Amino acid sequence: MNGVRGVLTTAVADHLARRANWRPAEIAFWLAVVASLFLLPGRHLILAEIAILGLFALSLDLILGYAGIISLGHAAFFGFGAYAAGLLAKHGLVTEPLLALLVSGLLAAVLGFASSFLVLRGSDLTRLMVTLGVALVLRELANRLDWLTGGADGLQGVVIAPLLGRFAFDITGHVAYVYCIAVLFVLFVIARRIVYSPFGLSLVAIKGNVLRAQALGIPVNARLVAVYTIAAAYAGIAGALLTQTTAFCSLDVLSFDRSADLLLMLIIGGTGYLYGGLIGAAAFKFVQDWLAGITPQYWLFWVGLMLVVIVLVGRERFGAWAGSIGARRRRGT
Amino acid sequence: MLTILFDGIAYGMLLFLLACGLSVTLGLMNLINLAHGAFAMAGGYVAVVLVNRMGLPFFAALPFAFLVPALLGALMDRTLYRRVYFMTHLDQVLFSIGLVFMSVAAVDYVMGSQQVFVRLPRALEGQFNVGGVGIGRYRLLIIVVCGLLALLLQHLLTRTRFGSRLRAAVDDSRTARGLGINVNFVFALTFAVGSGLAGLGGALGAEVLGLDPQFPLKFLIYFLIVVAVGGTSSITGPFLASLLLGICDVAGKYYVPTLGAFVIYTIMIVVLIWRPQGLFSRVASR
Repeated sequence: MNGVRGVLTTAVADHLARRANWRPAEIAFWLAVVASLFLLPGRHLILAEIAILGLFALSLDLILGYAGIISLGHAAFFGFGAYAAGLLAKHGLVTEPLLALLVSGLLAAVLGFASSFLVLRGSDLTRLMVTLGVALVLRELANRLDWLTGGADGLQGVVIAPLLGRFAFDITGHVAYVYCIAVLFVLFVIARRIVYSPFGLSLVAIKGNVLRAQALGIPVNARLVAVYTIAAAYAGIAGALLTQTTAFCSLDVLSFDRSADLLLMLIIGGTGYLYGGLIGAAAFKFVQDWLAGITPQYWLFWVGLMLVVIVLVGRERFGAWAGSIGARRRRGT
Repeated sequence: MLTILFDGIAYGMLLFLLACGLSVTLGLMNLINLAHGAFAMAGGYVAVVLVNRMGLPFFAALPFAFLVPALLGALMDRTLYRRVYFMTHLDQVLFSIGLVFMSVAAVDYVMGSQQVFVRLPRALEGQFNVGGVGIGRYRLLIIVVCGLLALLLQHLLTRTRFGSRLRAAVDDSRTARGLGINVNFVFALTFAVGSGLAGLGGALGAEVLGLDPQFPLKFLIYFLIVVAVGGTSSITGPFLASLLLGICDVAGKYYVPTLGAFVIYTIMIVVLIWRPQGLFSRVASR
């Protein structure tokens, strides 16, 4: 009996370990990212923005794609991190950018931890309300506290110190892009570790069926709090990156449009395999650039149309199309 | 003090009119329709066009503000929404946000982005005093109209055959189907009426809430709060929730103007901690 169980356990463990191996397509993806450093030197500003958005979408994927929490206000953490980084730099509290990045991420994590208890409660609708509400409250706060945040004018006078005390952020965006990619890669590897760990598997179980997960002995609430906090930290770091690379921060980072755009990015790329956010961010930025050339106004209309069409066509098909890099095509929720 | 209460009630009544359709559709088909505000905006703009541009009297325009969004709702329901009923909540959210964005941009394109007002008849302007309480004529009209509609809805839901079918479908749509109730038809009609009521609310509320292309986004959180706090199992739940929200919002903005916008969020958080399933819901929401 014990022997059979032992064999089974090893087989499962082997399977799970194999699943976590790096696939050739993934390695090719990151090589392509590194290649873009050298091949597209003139586009580093926009590439840095894509990397930031990709990180932001990655953080949403952690809670939406893995834990199944729908959020309409993920920009709350992005904006919180952005303002935190801006204020840290402006008032000289933490001048070294990398350290400031970590502090901003931690602050966003604290906010995520505090608000996660509200998100746990109730149904999908309640979650929508809470996430949207938290983002609105933060935006209103940032608007009202104009002695601190500059209100509607945005946070001005942010001076970012050179990275590691040596590399100054320049107008071409080379340093910014390398910095963004490095941060993105490190955080991606951590996220990858997380989702292939037992912890990540338990999240997928919770998403699949809360009651069964509970019956299996998974502490559902604790897991959701944990992943929500991690995702908040990721989003906060993405926001902080934006502030540090642009040396500016405005109410726009907290807007509802940003949360909705983020959902669109993630859906374009597909949820639940981590690369969806990165691919989606690149595709989104590309479409935005292209449409801005044709009709600069009414961008919102096209975002809406894309959302409607994607849902009516079926997200799985889009996911399968974009997800050729991820070996497994899972049915999203 | 009483004037604020009065204004708050008028505001709450409006919110009820705007949101009641949403709560019924959520309860009935488990459909999260964030585009509900777009129908309200449609009603508002119908009234603006009819009254301001075509010179129709205000009261003659109100039925159209109901009918046009109702027809629009029925059309959308049969063509687009029926495809997303059985999709996941995430799909419904994405789909309806997409609709909101399209409506916002389209209205912006056609009507311009500035705030518009419906020209009111002279008789509805100003206010009068009853025992020291200033009562705005227009707000009184809102309370009377919305109050009557709420009574009518309550009557429809509890006393008529259609109402009992609707309640049966909300409670358990599979069993209702098994009993021979045409749930799809009940739903289409409810969706249309809900959209129409929202449109009427948008037309009546243009003066109080302000009407511009951002309307569906600005009031999204209010609708969500009303439905989440009020529950989806009755008319009374959302009604009381709307009144609570309206009174608190008006009072908050009057007494603590600097914190005004935060009052409703504070209430939202307190309610969620205290009763996660909503203040007035009978059963756990699905």
